[in-house]
Amino acid sequence: MTGACERCLSRTWLLRRLAGHLDVARPRLYSLLELEDEDLVAAVAGRERARIDEERRSIDLDGMRREATKHSLALICRCDALYPAVLHDLAAPPAVLHIAGELDRLAGFTGGGSVAVVGSRRASEYGNEVGRSLGRSLAGAGLTVISGMARGIDTAAHRGSLESTGATISVLPGAACEPYPPGNRRLHRSIVARGVVLSELGPGAPVRRWCFHARNRLIAALSGMTVVVEAGEQSGSLVTAAVARALARPVGAVPGRVTSPAAAGTNALLASGAAVIRDAQDVLDQLYGIGARSVSAAMRPALSSEQEALLAALADAPSTEAALAGGSTDADRALVMLAELELAGWVRRGAGGRFTVIP
Amino acid sequence: MEVVLARVTTFTIDGVEPRRVSVEVDIRAGLPAFTIVGLGDTAVRESRERVRAAILNSGFEFPQRRITANLAPAYLRKAGPGFDAALALAVLGASDQLPARPLSAVAVFGELSLSGGLRDAPGVLAVAEGARLAGVPRLIVPRERAREAALVDGLQVAGVGGLRDAVDAVTGARLPPPPAPAAPSTRAEHLDLAEIRGHRVPLLALEIAAAGGHNLLLEGPPGTGKTMLARRLPSILPPLTRPEALEVTRIHSVAGLHSDGLIEGRPFRAPHHTISAAGLVGGGSPPRPGEASLAHHGVLFLDELSEFQRPTLEALRQPLEDGRVSIVRGQRSLVFPTRFMLVAATNPCPCGYAGVGERCSCGESDLRRHQRRLSGPLLDRMDLLVTVARPEERELRAGPTTDSARTAARVRDARDRQRARLAGSPATCNGELTAGQARAFVRLEAEAEAVLGRAYAGGTLSARGRHRVLRVARTIADLAGRSRVDGDDVLLALSLRQRHSEWEAVAA
Repeated sequence: MTGACERCLSRTWLLRRLAGHLDVARPRLYSLLELEDEDLVAAVAGRERARIDEERRSIDLDGMRREATKHSLALICRCDALYPAVLHDLAAPPAVLHIAGELDRLAGFTGGGSVAVVGSRRASEYGNEVGRSLGRSLAGAGLTVISGMARGIDTAAHRGSLESTGATISVLPGAACEPYPPGNRRLHRSIVARGVVLSELGPGAPVRRWCFHARNRLIAALSGMTVVVEAGEQSGSLVTAAVARALARPVGAVPGRVTSPAAAGTNALLASGAAVIRDAQDVLDQLYGIGARSVSAAMRPALSSEQEALLAALADAPSTEAALAGGSTDADRALVMLAELELAGWVRRGAGGRFTVIP
Repeated sequence: MEVVLARVTTFTIDGVEPRRVSVEVDIRAGLPAFTIVGLGDTAVRESRERVRAAILNSGFEFPQRRITANLAPAYLRKAGPGFDAALALAVLGASDQLPARPLSAVAVFGELSLSGGLRDAPGVLAVAEGARLAGVPRLIVPRERAREAALVDGLQVAGVGGLRDAVDAVTGARLPPPPAPAAPSTRAEHLDLAEIRGHRVPLLALEIAAAGGHNLLLEGPPGTGKTMLARRLPSILPPLTRPEALEVTRIHSVAGLHSDGLIEGRPFRAPHHTISAAGLVGGGSPPRPGEASLAHHGVLFLDELSEFQRPTLEALRQPLEDGRVSIVRGQRSLVFPTRFMLVAATNPCPCGYAGVGERCSCGESDLRRHQRRLSGPLLDRMDLLVTVARPEERELRAGPTTDSARTAARVRDARDRQRARLAGSPATCNGELTAGQARAFVRLEAEAEAVLGRAYAGGTLSARGRHRVLRVARTIADLAGRSRVDGDDVLLALSLRQRHSEWEAVAA
C-alpha cells in the first residue's frame, strides 16, 4: 500500500530539506518546482549545495515509508496508476501524494466533477454562509468539493459538503495527518472519515509560507472549476484562481459588496471575466452547459400555510423577534414552528438568534 | 484559698451553623491579670479591654485579682467580638456581683462598647437557633436584634441595650418587654414584568425557568434588556416558605447583610465579574458565605459571563451540582447551602454586536475565543439559552404583554404539579432532575419521541443535551397542565435552547 518509487520519494525528501531555502525564494516558487532535483538544489541551496548533494546519496527511503505507514498515510507517486491524471496538467506535478482517508475514495472523487471552493480566512458571516451552502449543494449534486481546510471559507465549504454526501478533498500545506490549522482537529477527523485529506509533504514537515502557494496549485489542478467565495486583495485564493486560469479551467467568483475590502479580490476577479456564482446551479451551468444538470431539490416535507408565512417573514428579516412581530402568532407557537423548520432543514440558527433560510 | 468559678453559655458561628461555647471564668488571688484561653482570634484577645471598661463604666467592680477565662470547647477556633457580653457576665458571676444560679439558665450574645452598651454582632438568628437546640430557655441579645432572634419559636428573647440591663435580665429583676412581632411584610417593592415591552421570547423563557427552576442564559447585544429581565425573575418565583425564609435570613445574618426581622423576598445576587472564587462560593478566614450561598433559594445573576475568571466559574461547579459547597479549613470542613437558580447574561461576541446587521467588528478568532470562554462547565448546566434582541419600535409603543402576578400564579400551579409528581424523590422541581430521573419521570407521547429522534439524527441535539431538553419540555407541559409531554413541548424546548452550530463546534 505504501507505493511511491525511489525517485519520487527522494523529491519529497528534497522539498522538505530545502524548505527554508524555498521560503526565501518564494516569489519564483512555481518555476523552481519545475526544475529537476539537481537543478533545484543548484538554484536555491547556495552554500549548502555540496552538503545537500552529499545527503541526497543516502536518503532513508524505507524510513520515510515506515513513517507514513505509522501515520496511516498511503503514498502514491506520479508513476502510479492511481495518481490523479488531472495533476499531470501542472508543469510541476507533485512527486508523491500523501493520503489520509480511504485510498479507494480518491479515484471516485477525482474521476467525476470536482469544484474548488476557496476564499479568505477572515470571512464575513455572509461569506461563510455562501461557502457552506455551495459546499452542501455541490456535494448534493454529486460533485466533489475541494478546498484547503483553512479557517473561514475553506472550513465552511468542507462543513457544507460534510452536511451532504461528504464528498470532499482537503489539500493541506503540511502533512496530511496533521490538521492545519491545528484548531481544525474535529473537521480533519470528519474529512479523514468520510472524504480525503492529501498533501505533497510527508509527516513532520514544517508548514512554511511557500507551502501554502504550493498547495494552492494542487487545489486548482484537482478541480474542474475554481470558485472564490470571498477574497481580499492579497488573498491566497487568488493564486488558486490564477493557476486555474493558467490551466484553462473555468474560474468563478461570488459577488460581494463593492465597498467591502473583504470582497475586493472576488470583485476584481469578476471584473476580469470570472463567472458570476450565485449558487450551485451557476457552477453546474458553467461546468456542464446551461441547464444541462440541475441541483436536485432536497427531499423536504411540505409546509403548512402558517409555516410558509413564517418562512417568508424570516427571508425578509432573519430574526426570531422580527418573525414574531410580523405575525399575530403566540411566541410559543412561533418557536415551535421554528424548531420544526429547523429539524426539517428549512432554516438554520446563526449567531445572535438569527435564522438563515436554506434555499 | 478562695476559688470562684462562673460559667455562661454563648455561641460561635461555624460557617452558618451555631456551635455552643461555654465561657468559664476563674478568679483567684494573685497579681492582677486577665487571660483568655481557648483558640480565640485577635478580636477575642482584645475583648479583655472592652470587658474591663464596660464593667467599670456600668458601675460594677472589676476584680483586681488573677482572672482566667476559658472558651470551651478548646479545639474550636473562635472568632469575632460576640463573646464580650458572655465574658463580662461570667466575670461578674465569678466575682459575686451576680448570683450563679440564674446565670446558668441564659445564653448571651453580643459585643460590648467601652461605655457598657451592648452592640450588634452578625449571626443572631443562627445563635437563637443554637440556643433552642441546646435547650437554653432565655437568650440575651442586643436590642436591635431582638426581633430577629424572636423568629425562633420556644425561646424567651431579651433584647437589652447594655450590660446593666443584661444583668437585670439574668436575675429577672427587670425583663425587657418581649420584642414586637416582625413588622408586617417589609418586603421590598418588586420589579414587575408589566414594565417590559416586547421581548416575548425571553419572557417565555423566564416563565419556564421560574416554573421549573431551570438555569438560564441570556445572550444579546449591550443595552437590549438582559439585566432588566433577570432582575424581574424573583417577582414570578413562588414565595419563600417559612423554613426557607429562616434559612435565607440566617445566612444573610451571618454575613452581616441583614438588618431586621425575616427576609421574605427571594434573594437576588448579582456579583461583579471581578469577584474571586472565594467571594463567589464562600471562603476566607474565618470562612464566610459567598454570593452563591447568599443567593440560596433565590437567583444568582452573573452578568457578562465571559468576563468572569475561569477558576471562579469552575468553582461554581460543585455548588451547582450538589446544592451546597464544602470548604475545608485545617482539619475541618464547613458546609454552606447553595441551592440557587443561575441566570447568566453575555454579549454574543467581544464587541457585542454579532448578529446586528453589519455592526460587529470581531474577527473569527475573536469569536472563537469568546465562545471558548463561554463553553465548558457553566454552559453545560444551562437548560435554557435564549437571545435577547432589541425590541422593534412598534413593540415599544405597544402595551405590556404580561405582568408578574399572572405569571407567578401560573408558575405556582406548575410547581405544585411538579411537587406532586416528584413526591418521594430528592428533587423538588424539574430543574433538579438528574439524567436518570428525567428518564424515569418524564413521560413522552409517541410524537415527542419521534421529534427527539429527528433532532438527534439531524445533529441539533447532543446526547448530553437530551435530558436537558426533556426537563424543559416537562416544565412546558406542566405550565400547560398536561400529564404527558407532547411533540410541541419538545419542539418548544428545542427552540429555547439556541446553541447555534458555531458553538457546538467549539464546545466539543
